[in-house]
Amino acid sequence: MSNVIIKINGKTTEIKEPLTIRGLLEEKGIKPGEIVIQYNGDIIDKNRWPEILLKENDELEILRFVGGG
Amino acid sequence: MDLLKIGGKEISSRLFLGTGKFASDSVIPDVIRASQAEVVTVALRRVDFDDPQENMLQYINKECILMPNTSGARTAEEAVKIARIARAAGCGNWVKIEVIRDNKYLLPDNYETLKATEILAAEGFAVFPYMSPDLMVARQMRDAGAAAVMPLGSPIGSNRGLKTREMVRILIDEIDLPIIVDAGIGKPSEAAEAMEMGAAAVLVNTAIAVAGDPAAMAGAFSLAVKAGRQGFLAGLGEARPYAEASSPLTGFLRDRD
Repeated sequence: MSNVIIKINGKTTEIKEPLTIRGLLEEKGIKPGEIVIQYNGDIIDKNRWPEILLKENDELEILRFVGGG
Repeated sequence: MDLLKIGGKEISSRLFLGTGKFASDSVIPDVIRASQAEVVTVALRRVDFDDPQENMLQYINKECILMPNTSGARTAEEAVKIARIARAAGCGNWVKIEVIRDNKYLLPDNYETLKATEILAAEGFAVFPYMSPDLMVARQMRDAGAAAVMPLGSPIGSNRGLKTREMVRILIDEIDLPIIVDAGIGKPSEAAEAMEMGAAAVLVNTAIAVAGDPAAMAGAFSLAVKAGRQGFLAGLGEARPYAEASSPLTGFLRDRD
């Protein structure tokens, strides 16, 4: 168990290893059905969220659809 | 039946609906129903962990064509990035390109919009560029593979109507792509006017979203768009400088008029 620094939506954040993308969403209380995840520049399919372990300097974009014209 | 062939699909409703600025997203299903819109725009945003909101896609009928926009993009590169994310998220291949660097009037950057259109059309997107109505750029958009061009009527959210009327008329006349008037339409009568001019469709958001009764206003826009379209198809009479009697003026009351 150690702490690593990652970037989530442009903000530097400290997390405790080991943590998967799925685990992070649970920690943040975000429902997985509603969002899009970009992990180090690539869009990651929902099925792979439980497999990917976050590591130092990872960059995550967590996006959702909102109203827009 | 008067279908609009666009972006690889055929649709019957010429009212495209934007989903921003509604007091609550929960009214959107009623608004979509009343508008009879088949094309609905959405935007992508970073999740705010302090204020996680509901998933707005749940309010959009699955039969609607989603048209994610690239709002927030200030360059072609950013617009391309947003479009790719939206497609990967399962939104289909329609995208409204919106590249804006001006915060006061929110006028589109035609140059960056054209660059994004070229890139995304080559990647197989149905690209709908939101643009200032400029004939030369509209031709370049067409040559770049745009599915339509979307000139603004007046600044976004201004409800000021078809201030760009004469320029839009030129695009309708000269560009062999559907012309969709997007932004600024504030009243059903203005939507009807755009359709009478020969616009293929209109995209309306603010006028419906901020109305006293958004669903009722959506219904009013739906009627106006249909009326305007029917008027266009019927062939408008020519405007003349002087009167031309509708009833015979020669009568029986005197021998000579």
